[in-house]
Amino acid sequence: MTSDLSFPERRTLIRLGAASMIVSAIPLTALADPADLTSAQRRLFGDREIKQGRVTLKLPAIAENGYSVPLSVDVDSPMTESDHVRQIAIFSPRNPIAEIVRFELGPRAGRASVSTRIRLGGTQTVQAVAELSDGSLWSGAAKTVVTLAACVVL
Amino acid sequence: MASIRLSVPATAKRGDVIELKALIQHPMESGYRRGSRGEAIPRNIITRFECRYDGETVFAADFHPGIAADPFLTFHTRATRSGPVLFRWTDQHGESWQETAMLTVT
Repeated sequence: MTSDLSFPERRTLIRLGAASMIVSAIPLTALADPADLTSAQRRLFGDREIKQGRVTLKLPAIAENGYSVPLSVDVDSPMTESDHVRQIAIFSPRNPIAEIVRFELGPRAGRASVSTRIRLGGTQTVQAVAELSDGSLWSGAAKTVVTLAACVVL
Repeated sequence: MASIRLSVPATAKRGDVIELKALIQHPMESGYRRGSRGEAIPRNIITRFECRYDGETVFAADFHPGIAADPFLTFHTRATRSGPVLFRWTDQHGESWQETAMLTVT
């Protein structure tokens, strides 16, 4: 019985080993670097200053499956006609495309709180940037350790 | 026809903020994967989501390949008037799918 049970575990280990070799073999050029993240942000928001704060980004501390990672973002805003969140963009420094998703909100949204499921190509610190109705930009970040990365040739 | 699942409260008090959930079945093929014979699998993703309620788009999103398969969204809106809440997804080829839920505001 014990040997029967140990077999799948060994195979899993072998597969994990093989997977990690593939992961380390992908050329780094296939992945976005911080420069891509900056240029993606510039495309959306121009050269305006991005301040820290008001944005809370939540990701699991450990994501076992990079193909589906739950993400939620909250922005501290009264969401009124005169003071609301216009848009929130989520950026990754390690995915092939730095911009993951962009949410458009307005006073009718009532609450600046959105969640979805994203793909992550590896352990990284994901960033959320919110643009408010006064044009100011605020950011928040969350780090997650990805056990099985997405965007890998499998 | 893609299968769509929505979660919208049946009734709400005027002025209340309600939570809306929307899921559509879609592979969201990133364009970075390869098939069993090594051939590149072309990108096939939904690029746009919109939620219309009481004559206005209350929430929208631009999706990129970083969104997981079967895109799932949770967001909010303020209940203003009884009527349909429309959810519409459009893919990169311009094909779209939509579904509505009725909301009664008291």
